[in-house]
Amino acid sequence: MNYIMAFLFSGFVCLIAQLIYDHSRLTPGHITSLFVVLGSFLDLFHIYDRLVDIFHAGALIPITSFGHSLMHGAMAATKEYGVFGIAMGMFDLTAAGISAAILFGFLVAILFKPKS
Amino acid sequence: MDRKEYDQLAESLKPTGHKMKNAFYAFLYGGVIGAIAQGVLEFFMNVYHVKQEDATPMMIITLVFISCLLTGLGIYDKLAQKAGAGTFIPITGFANSMTSCALDSQSEGLIMGIGSNMFKLGGTVITYGIVSSALLGVIRYVITLFG
Amino acid sequence: MSLHFLGNSVTLENVYIVSSGTVCGPLEYLGPLGSCFDKSLQDYHYGEKSFEKAERKMLRDALDICLKREKLKYKDIDLYLGSDLLNQITSVNYLARELPQPFVGLYGACSGFALSMAMAGLLIDAGYVDKIVTMVSSHNATAERQYRYPVEYGVQKKDTTTFTATGAVSTLLTNQPQSVRVEAITLGRVIDYSQNDANDMGRAMAPAAFDTLMNHFQDLKRTFHDYDLVVTGDLSMYGHQILKEMLQRHKMDVVRYNDCGCMLYDLSSQPVFQGGSGCACSALVTMGSLYPQLKDKKLKRVLVVSTGALLSPMMSAQKESIPCIAHAISLEAIE
Repeated sequence: MNYIMAFLFSGFVCLIAQLIYDHSRLTPGHITSLFVVLGSFLDLFHIYDRLVDIFHAGALIPITSFGHSLMHGAMAATKEYGVFGIAMGMFDLTAAGISAAILFGFLVAILFKPKS
Repeated sequence: MDRKEYDQLAESLKPTGHKMKNAFYAFLYGGVIGAIAQGVLEFFMNVYHVKQEDATPMMIITLVFISCLLTGLGIYDKLAQKAGAGTFIPITGFANSMTSCALDSQSEGLIMGIGSNMFKLGGTVITYGIVSSALLGVIRYVITLFG
Repeated sequence: MSLHFLGNSVTLENVYIVSSGTVCGPLEYLGPLGSCFDKSLQDYHYGEKSFEKAERKMLRDALDICLKREKLKYKDIDLYLGSDLLNQITSVNYLARELPQPFVGLYGACSGFALSMAMAGLLIDAGYVDKIVTMVSSHNATAERQYRYPVEYGVQKKDTTTFTATGAVSTLLTNQPQSVRVEAITLGRVIDYSQNDANDMGRAMAPAAFDTLMNHFQDLKRTFHDYDLVVTGDLSMYGHQILKEMLQRHKMDVVRYNDCGCMLYDLSSQPVFQGGSGCACSALVTMGSLYPQLKDKKLKRVLVVSTGALLSPMMSAQKESIPCIAHAISLEAIE
Protein backbone atom coordinates (compact mmCIF):
# COMPACT_ATOMS: atom_id res chain seq x y z
CA MET A 1 0.00 0.00 0.00
CA ASN A 2 2.82 2.36 0.93
CA TYR A 3 4.42 1.64 -2.43
CA ILE A 4 1.28 2.58 -4.34
CA MET A 5 0.89 5.76 -2.31
CA ALA A 6 4.52 6.68 -2.94
CA PHE A 7 4.15 5.91 -6.64
CA LEU A 8 0.99 7.98 -7.00
CA PHE A 9 2.19 11.12 -5.22
CA SER A 10 5.67 11.22 -6.73
CA GLY A 11 4.17 10.56 -10.16
CA PHE A 12 1.57 13.26 -9.62
CA VAL A 13 4.13 15.93 -8.74
CA CYS A 14 6.18 14.98 -11.82
CA LEU A 15 3.05 15.07 -13.97
CA ILE A 16 2.28 18.65 -12.87
CA ALA A 17 5.88 19.67 -13.60
CA GLN A 18 5.77 18.00 -17.02
CA LEU A 19 2.56 19.85 -17.90
CA ILE A 20 4.22 23.15 -16.97
CA TYR A 21 7.34 22.19 -18.96
CA ASP A 22 5.37 21.26 -22.08
CA HIS A 23 3.05 24.26 -22.03
CA SER A 24 5.53 27.03 -21.27
CA ARG A 25 9.05 28.15 -22.05
CA LEU A 26 10.20 27.49 -18.47
CA THR A 27 13.37 25.42 -18.15
CA PRO A 28 13.87 22.64 -15.60
CA GLY A 29 15.81 25.22 -13.55
CA HIS A 30 12.75 27.47 -13.35
CA ILE A 31 10.40 24.63 -12.50
CA THR A 32 12.57 23.04 -9.80
CA SER A 33 13.08 26.46 -8.17
CA LEU A 34 9.34 27.04 -8.26
CA PHE A 35 8.66 23.67 -6.67
CA VAL A 36 11.20 24.23 -3.91
CA VAL A 37 9.53 27.51 -3.00
CA LEU A 38 6.18 25.72 -3.10
CA GLY A 39 7.54 23.05 -0.75
CA SER A 40 8.69 25.55 1.85
CA PHE A 41 5.39 27.41 1.52
CA LEU A 42 3.44 24.23 2.19
CA ASP A 43 5.53 23.72 5.32
CA LEU A 44 4.35 27.09 6.62
CA PHE A 45 1.08 25.55 7.79
CA HIS A 46 2.49 22.05 8.37
CA ILE A 47 0.67 20.76 5.31
CA TYR A 48 3.77 19.06 3.96
CA ASP A 49 4.21 17.05 7.17
CA ARG A 50 0.78 15.55 6.62
CA LEU A 51 1.68 14.70 3.05
CA VAL A 52 4.79 12.88 4.29
CA ASP A 53 2.67 10.97 6.82
CA ILE A 54 0.34 9.79 4.07
CA PHE A 55 2.64 9.27 1.11
CA HIS A 56 5.97 8.55 2.85
CA ALA A 57 8.80 8.39 0.28
CA GLY A 58 6.44 9.66 -2.41
CA ALA A 59 6.45 13.06 -0.68
CA LEU A 60 10.10 12.87 0.39
CA ILE A 61 11.61 12.29 -3.03
CA PRO A 62 10.30 15.21 -5.17
CA ILE A 63 12.34 18.42 -4.95
CA THR A 64 9.43 20.06 -3.06
CA SER A 65 10.59 18.12 -0.01
CA PHE A 66 13.89 20.00 -0.22
CA GLY A 67 12.11 23.28 0.53
CA HIS A 68 10.13 21.57 3.23
CA SER A 69 13.28 20.17 4.89
CA LEU A 70 15.09 23.52 4.73
CA MET A 71 12.15 25.20 6.41
CA HIS A 72 11.72 22.39 8.90
CA GLY A 73 15.35 22.50 10.01
CA ALA A 74 15.22 26.27 10.30
CA MET A 75 12.05 26.22 12.40
CA ALA A 76 13.33 23.49 14.72
CA ALA A 77 16.46 25.53 15.47
CA THR A 78 14.47 28.67 16.29
CA LYS A 79 13.13 26.90 19.40
CA GLU A 80 16.63 26.86 20.81
CA TYR A 81 18.38 29.86 19.27
CA GLY A 82 15.57 32.26 18.46
CA VAL A 83 15.64 34.09 15.17
CA PHE A 84 19.28 33.12 14.56
CA GLY A 85 18.14 29.51 14.40
CA ILE A 86 16.69 30.18 10.94
CA ALA A 87 20.18 30.44 9.50
CA MET A 88 21.78 27.94 11.88
CA GLY A 89 19.32 25.14 11.36
CA MET A 90 18.64 25.70 7.66
CA PHE A 91 20.78 22.82 6.45
CA ASP A 92 20.15 20.45 9.36
CA LEU A 93 17.90 18.07 7.44
CA THR A 94 19.11 18.68 3.88
CA ALA A 95 22.80 18.32 4.67
CA ALA A 96 22.75 14.62 3.74
CA GLY A 97 21.38 15.21 0.24
CA ILE A 98 23.62 18.15 -0.59
CA SER A 99 26.79 16.64 0.84
CA ALA A 100 26.14 13.36 -0.93
CA ALA A 101 25.48 15.13 -4.23
CA ILE A 102 28.68 17.17 -3.92
CA LEU A 103 30.78 14.19 -2.89
CA PHE A 104 29.48 11.70 -5.44
CA GLY A 105 29.34 14.39 -8.11
CA PHE A 106 32.99 15.17 -7.52
CA LEU A 107 33.98 11.50 -7.57
CA VAL A 108 32.09 10.88 -10.79
CA ALA A 109 33.70 13.97 -12.37
CA ILE A 110 37.12 12.59 -11.44
CA LEU A 111 36.53 8.99 -12.46
CA PHE A 112 34.30 9.22 -15.52
CA LYS A 113 34.43 10.94 -18.88
CA PRO A 114 31.43 12.71 -20.43
CA LYS A 115 29.93 10.41 -23.04
CA SER A 116 27.91 12.50 -25.46
CA MET B 1 5.32 39.31 -44.51
CA ASP B 2 5.12 41.08 -41.15
CA ARG B 3 6.00 39.52 -37.82
CA LYS B 4 2.46 38.83 -36.73
CA GLU B 5 1.66 37.08 -39.97
CA TYR B 6 4.90 35.13 -39.68
CA ASP B 7 4.07 33.99 -36.18
CA GLN B 8 0.67 32.76 -37.36
CA LEU B 9 2.26 30.86 -40.22
CA ALA B 10 4.95 29.33 -38.00
CA GLU B 11 2.40 28.39 -35.35
CA SER B 12 0.23 26.63 -37.93
CA LEU B 13 3.13 24.43 -39.05
CA LYS B 14 4.51 23.71 -35.60
CA PRO B 15 5.33 20.01 -35.15
CA THR B 16 2.61 18.31 -33.15
CA GLY B 17 4.27 17.35 -29.90
CA HIS B 18 3.74 14.29 -27.79
CA LYS B 19 2.31 16.09 -24.80
CA MET B 20 0.03 13.24 -23.73
CA LYS B 21 2.84 10.72 -24.07
CA ASN B 22 5.28 13.02 -22.24
CA ALA B 23 2.82 13.50 -19.38
CA PHE B 24 2.26 9.76 -19.10
CA TYR B 25 6.00 8.96 -19.02
CA ALA B 26 6.67 11.75 -16.52
CA PHE B 27 4.02 10.23 -14.24
CA LEU B 28 5.34 6.71 -14.74
CA TYR B 29 9.04 7.47 -14.21
CA GLY B 30 8.36 9.86 -11.35
CA GLY B 31 6.13 7.27 -9.73
CA VAL B 32 8.65 4.48 -10.16
CA ILE B 33 11.38 6.61 -8.55
CA GLY B 34 8.96 7.32 -5.68
CA ALA B 35 8.26 3.59 -5.27
CA ILE B 36 11.97 2.74 -5.36
CA ALA B 37 12.55 5.40 -2.71
CA GLN B 38 9.83 3.80 -0.58
CA GLY B 39 11.52 0.43 -0.93
CA VAL B 40 14.91 1.84 0.09
CA LEU B 41 13.31 3.73 2.96
CA GLU B 42 11.61 0.63 4.34
CA PHE B 43 14.79 -1.37 3.87
CA PHE B 44 16.77 1.02 6.07
CA MET B 45 13.93 1.23 8.60
CA ASN B 46 13.96 -2.55 8.96
CA VAL B 47 17.72 -3.07 8.90
CA TYR B 48 18.65 -0.35 11.38
CA HIS B 49 15.34 -0.39 13.27
CA VAL B 50 14.94 3.36 13.03
CA LYS B 51 12.02 5.68 12.50
CA GLN B 52 11.13 7.06 9.09
CA GLU B 53 12.69 10.46 9.88
CA ASP B 54 16.04 8.88 10.61
CA ALA B 55 15.96 6.57 7.60
CA THR B 56 15.13 9.46 5.23
CA PRO B 57 18.71 10.80 4.92
CA MET B 58 19.99 7.27 4.25
CA MET B 59 17.38 6.81 1.53
CA ILE B 60 18.27 10.18 -0.02
CA ILE B 61 22.00 9.40 0.01
CA THR B 62 21.35 6.06 -1.69
CA LEU B 63 19.24 7.59 -4.43
CA VAL B 64 21.69 10.44 -4.96
CA PHE B 65 24.46 7.86 -5.31
CA ILE B 66 22.52 5.87 -7.91
CA SER B 67 21.70 9.06 -9.83
CA CYS B 68 25.34 10.24 -9.84
CA LEU B 69 26.49 6.84 -11.04
CA LEU B 70 23.92 6.72 -13.84
CA THR B 71 25.01 10.22 -14.87
CA GLY B 72 28.64 9.14 -15.01
CA LEU B 73 27.72 6.12 -17.11
CA GLY B 74 25.84 8.35 -19.54
CA ILE B 75 22.47 6.71 -18.86
CA TYR B 76 20.63 9.42 -16.93
CA ASP B 77 20.34 11.87 -19.84
CA LYS B 78 18.95 9.10 -22.05
CA LEU B 79 16.31 8.26 -19.43
CA ALA B 80 15.53 11.96 -19.03
CA GLN B 81 14.81 12.39 -22.73
CA LYS B 82 11.87 10.05 -22.26
CA ALA B 83 10.90 10.82 -18.67
CA GLY B 84 11.09 14.63 -18.76
CA ALA B 85 9.92 15.99 -15.43
CA GLY B 86 9.84 12.42 -14.13
CA THR B 87 13.60 12.59 -13.74
CA PHE B 88 14.26 16.27 -12.99
CA ILE B 89 11.71 16.73 -10.21
CA PRO B 90 12.88 13.95 -7.85
CA ILE B 91 16.02 14.61 -5.80
CA THR B 92 17.86 12.43 -8.34
CA GLY B 93 17.47 15.28 -10.83
CA PHE B 94 19.26 17.62 -8.45
CA ALA B 95 22.10 15.12 -8.11
CA ASN B 96 22.20 14.79 -11.89
CA SER B 97 22.43 18.56 -12.40
CA MET B 98 25.38 18.79 -10.00
CA THR B 99 27.17 15.76 -11.42
CA SER B 100 26.65 16.70 -15.05
CA CYS B 101 28.01 20.22 -14.46
CA ALA B 102 31.03 18.84 -12.65
CA LEU B 103 31.64 16.15 -15.25
CA ASP B 104 31.22 18.60 -18.10
CA SER B 105 33.80 20.97 -16.63
CA GLN B 106 36.43 18.36 -15.86
CA SER B 107 38.44 19.42 -18.92
CA GLU B 108 38.91 22.86 -17.32
CA GLY B 109 40.58 21.40 -14.26
CA LEU B 110 39.81 20.93 -10.57
CA ILE B 111 39.31 24.55 -9.50
CA MET B 112 38.17 26.51 -12.56
CA GLY B 113 36.30 23.50 -13.86
CA ILE B 114 34.75 21.07 -11.40
CA GLY B 115 34.95 23.27 -8.31
CA SER B 116 33.47 26.44 -9.67
CA ASN B 117 30.92 24.93 -12.04
CA MET B 118 29.32 22.25 -9.92
CA PHE B 119 26.46 24.48 -8.76
CA LYS B 120 25.92 26.12 -12.15
CA LEU B 121 22.49 24.52 -12.62
CA GLY B 122 21.72 23.03 -9.20
CA GLY B 123 22.58 26.22 -7.32
CA THR B 124 19.30 27.90 -8.20
CA VAL B 125 17.38 25.28 -6.22
CA ILE B 126 19.50 25.88 -3.12
CA THR B 127 19.36 29.66 -3.49
CA TYR B 128 15.61 29.92 -3.80
CA GLY B 129 15.04 27.15 -1.27
CA ILE B 130 17.00 29.11 1.33
CA VAL B 131 15.61 32.53 0.41
CA SER B 132 12.02 31.36 0.55
CA SER B 133 12.53 29.27 3.68
CA ALA B 134 14.23 32.14 5.50
CA LEU B 135 11.48 34.55 4.51
CA LEU B 136 8.67 32.21 5.45
CA GLY B 137 10.62 31.10 8.51
CA VAL B 138 10.75 34.65 9.83
CA ILE B 139 7.02 35.01 9.24
CA ARG B 140 6.30 31.82 11.15
CA TYR B 141 8.69 32.76 13.92
CA VAL B 142 6.94 36.09 14.38
CA ILE B 143 3.58 34.35 14.41
CA THR B 144 4.74 31.93 17.11
CA LEU B 145 6.16 34.82 19.17
CA PHE B 146 2.83 36.60 19.26
CA GLY B 147 0.65 33.56 18.85
CA MET C 1 27.13 49.46 -54.62
CA SER C 2 30.06 48.93 -56.93
CA LEU C 3 30.01 47.87 -60.54
CA HIS C 4 30.26 44.23 -59.64
CA PHE C 5 27.50 43.93 -57.09
CA LEU C 6 23.96 43.49 -58.36
CA GLY C 7 21.94 44.26 -55.26
CA ASN C 8 23.44 41.91 -52.69
CA SER C 9 24.76 39.45 -55.24
CA VAL C 10 27.87 39.07 -57.38
CA THR C 11 28.52 36.79 -60.30
CA LEU C 12 32.05 35.40 -60.21
CA GLU C 13 34.16 34.62 -63.28
CA ASN C 14 37.12 32.45 -62.25
CA VAL C 15 36.56 30.77 -58.93
CA TYR C 16 36.95 27.01 -59.00
CA ILE C 17 36.75 24.28 -56.40
CA VAL C 18 39.81 22.04 -56.58
CA SER C 19 39.33 19.57 -53.80
CA SER C 20 37.76 19.02 -50.43
CA GLY C 21 38.27 17.06 -47.24
CA THR C 22 35.34 15.92 -45.10
CA VAL C 23 35.34 14.38 -41.63
CA CYS C 24 32.04 13.43 -40.02
CA GLY C 25 30.84 12.26 -36.61
CA PRO C 26 29.43 8.85 -35.68
CA LEU C 27 25.78 9.73 -36.20
CA GLU C 28 26.46 11.42 -39.54
CA TYR C 29 28.31 8.30 -40.66
CA LEU C 30 25.23 6.19 -39.93
CA GLY C 31 23.01 8.63 -41.85
CA PRO C 32 21.99 8.35 -45.51
CA LEU C 33 25.12 10.20 -46.73
CA GLY C 34 27.54 8.31 -44.47
CA SER C 35 29.49 6.74 -47.31
CA CYS C 36 30.17 10.14 -48.95
CA PHE C 37 32.62 11.34 -46.30
CA ASP C 38 36.37 10.85 -46.32
CA LYS C 39 36.73 9.99 -42.66
CA SER C 40 34.49 9.41 -39.66
CA LEU C 41 34.80 9.54 -35.89
CA GLN C 42 34.08 6.47 -33.80
CA ASP C 43 33.26 8.53 -30.73
CA TYR C 44 32.98 12.21 -29.84
CA HIS C 45 36.36 12.29 -28.08
CA TYR C 46 38.33 11.22 -31.16
CA GLY C 47 41.18 10.12 -28.90
CA GLU C 48 41.56 13.59 -27.37
CA LYS C 49 41.16 14.77 -23.79
CA SER C 50 38.37 17.27 -24.42
CA PHE C 51 35.63 17.75 -26.98
CA GLU C 52 37.18 21.06 -28.06
CA LYS C 53 40.45 19.33 -28.87
CA ALA C 54 38.55 16.64 -30.74
CA GLU C 55 36.92 19.32 -32.89
CA ARG C 56 40.31 20.83 -33.68
CA LYS C 57 41.70 17.41 -34.61
CA MET C 58 38.78 16.90 -36.99
CA LEU C 59 39.57 20.23 -38.63
CA ARG C 60 43.23 19.31 -39.04
CA ASP C 61 42.31 15.94 -40.55
CA ALA C 62 39.91 17.58 -43.01
CA LEU C 63 42.61 20.08 -44.00
CA ASP C 64 45.22 17.36 -44.45
CA ILE C 65 42.92 15.23 -46.59
CA CYS C 66 42.03 18.23 -48.76
CA LEU C 67 45.67 19.24 -49.36
CA LYS C 68 46.95 15.69 -49.76
CA ARG C 69 44.60 15.13 -52.70
CA GLU C 70 46.43 17.88 -54.58
CA LYS C 71 49.83 17.03 -53.08
CA LEU C 72 50.09 20.50 -51.58
CA LYS C 73 51.80 21.63 -48.40
CA TYR C 74 50.46 24.14 -45.85
CA LYS C 75 52.74 26.87 -47.23
CA ASP C 76 51.50 26.45 -50.83
CA ILE C 77 48.21 28.08 -49.87
CA ASP C 78 47.99 31.88 -50.03
CA LEU C 79 45.28 32.41 -47.46
CA TYR C 80 43.23 30.38 -45.01
CA LEU C 81 39.68 31.27 -44.01
CA GLY C 82 38.04 29.54 -41.08
CA SER C 83 34.77 29.54 -39.21
CA ASP C 84 33.20 27.56 -36.40
CA LEU C 85 30.54 27.89 -33.73
CA LEU C 86 32.46 28.36 -30.51
CA ASN C 87 33.28 31.51 -28.57
CA GLN C 88 36.31 33.30 -30.05
CA ILE C 89 35.97 30.85 -32.98
CA THR C 90 38.23 28.70 -30.86
CA SER C 91 38.66 25.69 -33.10
CA VAL C 92 39.92 27.45 -36.22
CA ASN C 93 41.89 30.12 -34.35
CA TYR C 94 43.81 27.52 -32.35
CA LEU C 95 44.36 25.37 -35.41
CA ALA C 96 45.70 28.41 -37.28
CA ARG C 97 48.73 28.42 -34.95
CA GLU C 98 50.04 25.57 -37.07
CA LEU C 99 49.56 27.39 -40.37
CA PRO C 100 52.53 29.22 -41.91
CA GLN C 101 50.35 31.51 -44.04
CA PRO C 102 47.88 34.35 -43.38
CA PHE C 103 44.63 33.37 -41.73
CA VAL C 104 41.31 35.15 -41.38
CA GLY C 105 38.74 33.93 -38.87
CA LEU C 106 35.10 34.51 -39.76
CA TYR C 107 32.02 34.15 -37.62
CA GLY C 108 28.58 33.58 -39.06
CA ALA C 109 27.33 30.87 -36.71
CA CYS C 110 25.97 28.01 -38.82
CA SER C 111 26.26 30.10 -42.00
CA GLY C 112 30.06 29.86 -41.70
CA PHE C 113 30.40 27.53 -44.67
CA ALA C 114 28.74 29.75 -47.28
CA LEU C 115 30.26 32.83 -45.67
CA SER C 116 33.82 31.53 -45.98
CA MET C 117 33.20 30.26 -49.51
CA ALA C 118 31.72 33.62 -50.54
CA MET C 119 34.66 35.55 -49.07
CA ALA C 120 37.13 33.21 -50.77
CA GLY C 121 35.24 33.65 -54.03
CA LEU C 122 35.39 37.45 -53.83
CA LEU C 123 39.11 37.50 -53.01
CA ILE C 124 40.03 35.09 -55.78
CA ASP C 125 37.83 36.75 -58.37
CA ALA C 126 39.31 40.14 -57.53
CA GLY C 127 42.72 38.67 -58.30
CA TYR C 128 44.26 39.19 -54.90
CA VAL C 129 45.04 35.55 -54.22
CA ASP C 130 45.40 32.32 -56.18
CA LYS C 131 44.74 29.57 -53.68
CA ILE C 132 42.47 29.78 -50.68
CA VAL C 133 41.48 27.06 -48.24
CA THR C 134 38.26 27.46 -46.26
CA MET C 135 37.77 25.42 -43.10
CA VAL C 136 34.59 25.01 -41.11
CA SER C 137 33.68 22.73 -38.25
CA SER C 138 31.09 22.06 -35.60
CA HIS C 139 30.91 19.45 -32.88
CA ASN C 140 27.74 18.35 -31.14
CA ALA C 141 29.19 18.19 -27.62
CA THR C 142 31.11 21.49 -27.76
CA ALA C 143 28.04 23.28 -29.12
CA GLU C 144 25.79 21.69 -26.49
CA ARG C 145 28.20 22.77 -23.76
CA GLN C 146 28.35 26.32 -24.98
CA TYR C 147 24.83 27.03 -26.13
CA ARG C 148 22.68 24.67 -24.08
CA TYR C 149 23.41 22.39 -21.14
CA PRO C 150 26.20 20.07 -20.00
CA VAL C 151 26.15 16.98 -22.18
CA GLU C 152 25.12 14.62 -19.39
CA TYR C 153 22.39 16.88 -17.99
CA GLY C 154 19.04 15.15 -18.00
CA VAL C 155 16.85 17.59 -19.86
CA GLN C 156 14.07 16.61 -22.19
CA LYS C 157 14.70 18.27 -25.54
CA LYS C 158 11.72 19.99 -27.10
CA ASP C 159 10.23 18.73 -30.36
CA THR C 160 11.47 21.76 -32.28
CA THR C 161 15.13 21.24 -31.28
CA THR C 162 17.78 20.69 -33.93
CA PHE C 163 20.83 18.49 -33.50
CA THR C 164 24.25 20.08 -34.05
CA ALA C 165 26.10 18.05 -36.67
CA THR C 166 29.61 16.85 -35.90
CA GLY C 167 32.08 17.31 -38.68
CA ALA C 168 34.78 19.38 -40.31
CA VAL C 169 35.17 20.36 -43.94
CA SER C 170 38.06 21.93 -45.84
CA THR C 171 37.70 23.24 -49.37
CA LEU C 172 40.46 24.38 -51.69
CA LEU C 173 39.55 27.10 -54.18
CA THR C 174 41.68 28.59 -56.99
CA ASN C 175 41.47 30.69 -60.14
CA GLN C 176 42.72 27.81 -62.35
CA PRO C 177 39.89 26.10 -64.30
CA GLN C 178 38.48 22.93 -62.74
CA SER C 179 35.29 20.95 -63.21
CA VAL C 180 33.19 22.84 -60.64
CA ARG C 181 33.06 26.57 -60.07
CA VAL C 182 31.50 29.01 -57.65
CA GLU C 183 29.40 30.96 -60.05
CA ALA C 184 27.54 33.50 -57.95
CA ILE C 185 27.17 34.56 -54.35
CA THR C 186 24.58 36.49 -52.40
CA LEU C 187 25.49 38.00 -49.07
CA GLY C 188 22.84 38.05 -46.40
CA ARG C 189 21.41 40.74 -44.20
CA VAL C 190 20.81 40.24 -40.52
CA ILE C 191 17.12 39.54 -40.11
CA ASP C 192 15.29 39.41 -36.80
CA TYR C 193 11.65 38.41 -36.68
CA SER C 194 11.44 38.71 -32.87
CA GLN C 195 11.86 34.99 -32.31
CA ASN C 196 13.43 34.24 -28.96
CA ASP C 197 13.19 30.50 -28.46
CA ALA C 198 16.72 29.08 -28.54
CA ASN C 199 15.21 25.61 -28.89
CA ASP C 200 13.55 26.56 -32.15
CA MET C 201 16.27 27.62 -34.55
CA GLY C 202 14.46 26.64 -37.74
CA ARG C 203 11.66 29.05 -37.00
CA ALA C 204 14.07 31.85 -36.11
CA MET C 205 16.22 31.42 -39.23
CA ALA C 206 13.59 30.82 -41.92
CA PRO C 207 12.98 34.59 -42.52
CA ALA C 208 16.72 35.14 -43.04
CA ALA C 209 16.87 32.33 -45.58
CA PHE C 210 13.78 33.77 -47.26
CA ASP C 211 15.35 37.23 -47.49
CA THR C 212 18.58 35.94 -49.01
CA LEU C 213 16.78 33.63 -51.45
CA MET C 214 14.46 36.40 -52.66
CA ASN C 215 17.39 38.80 -53.03
CA HIS C 216 19.33 36.20 -54.95
CA PHE C 217 16.49 35.51 -57.35
CA GLN C 218 15.70 39.20 -57.86
CA ASP C 219 19.32 40.35 -58.24
CA LEU C 220 20.20 37.69 -60.79
CA LYS C 221 16.72 37.43 -62.35
CA ARG C 222 16.48 33.73 -61.64
CA THR C 223 13.91 31.32 -60.23
CA PHE C 224 14.01 27.84 -58.71
CA HIS C 225 13.90 26.47 -62.27
CA ASP C 226 17.42 27.74 -62.96
CA TYR C 227 18.76 25.26 -60.40
CA ASP C 228 18.89 21.50 -60.26
CA LEU C 229 18.75 21.75 -56.51
CA VAL C 230 18.33 24.48 -53.93
CA VAL C 231 19.37 23.60 -50.39
CA THR C 232 19.14 25.60 -47.19
CA GLY C 233 21.74 25.02 -44.51
CA ASP C 234 20.08 23.94 -41.30
CA LEU C 235 16.49 25.07 -41.12
CA SER C 236 15.53 21.48 -40.24
CA MET C 237 12.16 19.94 -41.01
CA TYR C 238 10.10 22.62 -39.30
CA GLY C 239 11.96 25.64 -40.68
CA HIS C 240 12.06 24.04 -44.11
CA GLN C 241 8.27 23.79 -44.13
CA ILE C 242 7.91 27.38 -42.95
CA LEU C 243 10.25 28.67 -45.67
CA LYS C 244 8.43 26.68 -48.35
CA GLU C 245 5.12 28.15 -47.26
CA MET C 246 6.58 31.68 -47.17
CA LEU C 247 7.95 31.30 -50.69
CA GLN C 248 4.69 29.91 -51.98
CA ARG C 249 2.78 32.83 -50.49
CA HIS C 250 5.11 35.07 -52.49
CA LYS C 251 4.09 33.27 -55.67
CA MET C 252 7.37 31.43 -56.05
CA ASP C 253 7.26 28.04 -57.73
CA VAL C 254 9.18 25.98 -55.19
CA VAL C 255 10.74 22.99 -56.92
CA ARG C 256 13.74 20.81 -56.13
CA TYR C 257 14.20 22.41 -52.74
CA ASN C 258 15.57 20.56 -49.73
CA ASP C 259 17.33 21.25 -46.44
CA CYS C 260 20.77 19.94 -45.51
CA GLY C 261 19.59 19.23 -41.97
CA CYS C 262 17.04 16.79 -43.38
CA MET C 263 19.44 15.25 -45.91
CA LEU C 264 22.27 14.50 -43.50
CA TYR C 265 20.21 12.26 -41.21
CA ASP C 266 17.43 9.77 -41.43
CA LEU C 267 14.88 11.76 -39.46
CA SER C 268 12.57 8.80 -38.90
CA SER C 269 15.12 6.56 -37.20
CA GLN C 270 17.93 8.78 -35.88
CA PRO C 271 17.53 10.75 -32.63
CA VAL C 272 18.01 14.19 -34.19
CA PHE C 273 14.55 15.73 -33.56
CA GLN C 274 13.86 18.20 -36.41
CA GLY C 275 17.18 17.53 -38.17
CA GLY C 276 20.77 18.68 -38.26
CA SER C 277 22.25 22.11 -37.68
CA GLY C 278 25.69 23.65 -37.27
CA CYS C 279 28.41 24.80 -39.66
CA ALA C 280 29.26 21.24 -40.56
CA CYS C 281 25.70 20.44 -41.61
CA SER C 282 25.58 22.42 -44.86
CA ALA C 283 29.32 21.92 -45.41
CA LEU C 284 29.17 18.13 -45.16
CA VAL C 285 26.14 17.84 -47.42
CA THR C 286 27.53 20.26 -50.01
CA MET C 287 31.12 19.06 -50.16
CA GLY C 288 30.41 15.41 -49.35
CA SER C 289 27.40 14.76 -51.53
CA LEU C 290 26.59 17.64 -53.91
CA TYR C 291 30.15 18.44 -55.02
CA PRO C 292 30.89 14.89 -56.30
CA GLN C 293 27.53 14.92 -58.10
CA LEU C 294 28.47 18.22 -59.76
CA LYS C 295 31.84 16.77 -60.74
CA ASP C 296 30.13 13.76 -62.32
CA LYS C 297 27.72 16.11 -64.14
CA LYS C 298 24.74 14.53 -62.38
CA LEU C 299 23.83 18.03 -61.24
CA LYS C 300 24.34 21.16 -63.33
CA ARG C 301 23.82 23.98 -60.91
CA VAL C 302 23.16 24.03 -57.18
CA LEU C 303 22.31 26.87 -54.82
CA VAL C 304 23.43 26.49 -51.20
CA VAL C 305 21.92 28.87 -48.67
CA SER C 306 23.68 28.44 -45.33
CA THR C 307 21.64 29.84 -42.48
CA GLY C 308 23.00 31.04 -39.16
CA ALA C 309 21.42 32.07 -35.88
CA LEU C 310 23.72 34.69 -34.40
CA LEU C 311 22.52 34.16 -30.86
CA SER C 312 24.52 34.55 -27.70
CA PRO C 313 23.25 32.64 -24.65
CA MET C 314 23.94 35.74 -22.56
CA MET C 315 21.72 37.93 -24.75
CA SER C 316 19.05 35.23 -24.78
CA ALA C 317 19.06 35.31 -20.98
CA GLN C 318 18.62 39.09 -21.23
CA LYS C 319 15.43 38.37 -23.20
CA GLU C 320 16.72 39.60 -26.56
CA SER C 321 15.43 38.01 -29.73
CA ILE C 322 17.67 36.06 -32.09
CA PRO C 323 19.32 37.84 -35.03
CA CYS C 324 19.71 35.53 -38.03
CA ILE C 325 21.62 35.58 -41.28
CA ALA C 326 21.89 33.54 -44.46
CA HIS C 327 24.49 33.59 -47.23
CA ALA C 328 24.06 31.90 -50.59
CA ILE C 329 26.59 30.40 -52.99
CA SER C 330 25.78 28.97 -56.38
CA LEU C 331 27.93 26.07 -57.60
CA GLU C 332 28.04 25.12 -61.26
CA ALA C 333 29.52 22.20 -63.20
CA ILE C 334 31.71 23.21 -66.16
CA GLU C 335 30.96 21.63 -69.53
